[in-house]
Amino acid sequence: MTVHITPRRTYYLVFAVLMILTATTTGVAFIDMGPFNVVVALFIASIKAVLVVLFFMHVLHVTNLTKVFVAAGIVWLAILIALTLNDYLTRGWDPISRPF
Amino acid sequence: MSESTNALAHQFDDLEQQARSNTLGMWAFLATEVLFFGGLFTAYVVYRHAFPEAFAVGSKHMDVVAGTVNTAVLIASSLMMALAVQSAQLGLRRPLIMFLLLTMTLGAVFLGIKAWEYHHKYVENLVPGVNFVWEGPLRNQVQMLFLLYFIMTGTHALHMVIGICLLTYLVLGARRGRFSREYFFPVEIIGLYWHFVDLVWIFLFPLLYLIGLHL
Repeated sequence: MTVHITPRRTYYLVFAVLMILTATTTGVAFIDMGPFNVVVALFIASIKAVLVVLFFMHVLHVTNLTKVFVAAGIVWLAILIALTLNDYLTRGWDPISRPF
Repeated sequence: MSESTNALAHQFDDLEQQARSNTLGMWAFLATEVLFFGGLFTAYVVYRHAFPEAFAVGSKHMDVVAGTVNTAVLIASSLMMALAVQSAQLGLRRPLIMFLLLTMTLGAVFLGIKAWEYHHKYVENLVPGVNFVWEGPLRNQVQMLFLLYFIMTGTHALHMVIGICLLTYLVLGARRGRFSREYFFPVEIIGLYWHFVDLVWIFLFPLLYLIGLHL
C-alpha cells in the first residue's frame, strides 16, 4: 500500500509557524486598527486553518475526490454565512423591510 | 491468516481502497461538522452586527491570556496527534502510544484551563440562565454575547471530551498491538477529528477573545 509519510521536520516547521502566527495575532489585537482588527484576526486564523488542513490533515496527499469533499464543506459554509448576512445586513435599506 | 487480511473489511478490494474510503467518509462527516459549527458562527456574526456596543463591553470580560495559552496548548496537541499518526504509519508501537498519551494530556490541560475560565465567569456572575447579573445598560444584549460564548466554547469542549474518549480507545488498541503499517486507519481517522476540533478553536479564539479588545 502506498502511503505518503510526511517527515517529522515538516510537522515541526508547521507547528513553529502556527505558534508564531498565534503570538502575532494576539500581539496585533492590542493595536487599535479600527475595523481592520477583525480583518487581520480572521486573515491570520485562515492561514493557520489552511496549514492545519494541508499538513496535519494530509489534504496535500489525499485523492481528488476527497479534496472535492473538503472544498464542499467550505463552499457550503460560505453559502450559509453569505446568504444569512445578505438578509441581516440589508434590513432597513428600503421602507418595506424592518431593521433588525 | 495474515494480519493484513484480517484488517481488510470484506466489501473492499484491497487495503488502499479501504484507506481511501475511510478518509473520504471521515471528510463527509467533517463537512457536516463544519456546517454544525457554521450555524453557531453565523449566529455570532449576526448578533455582533446587531449589538456592537454590548459585544464591545461584554468582550472586556474575556481572558485573553487564558485564550492564548489554550490556543498554544491545542496546537501543540495537534502536533502530538500528527506525530502519533506518523508513528502509526511507520508501525512504531511505543512512539504511537506515547504521542497519543501526550495528545490526551494536552487536551486535558486545555479542558482544565477552560473549566477554570468557566469558574471565573461563574464567580463574576456572567453565566446566562444560572446567575447572570449585569448592572450597566444593554443587559440582555450582553447576556446574548455570554450565551453565545458558553454555547460555542461548550460545544467545542464537548467535542474535545469525545476526542479524548476516542484517543483512549486508540491507546487501548495500540497496547494490544491492533495497529500495523498495513492497518493504521483508525489512528488517521481519529486524528482528522482531533485536528478538526483544533480548527474550530483557531476561529473561536480570535472571534471571542481578540477582536473585542478594540470595538
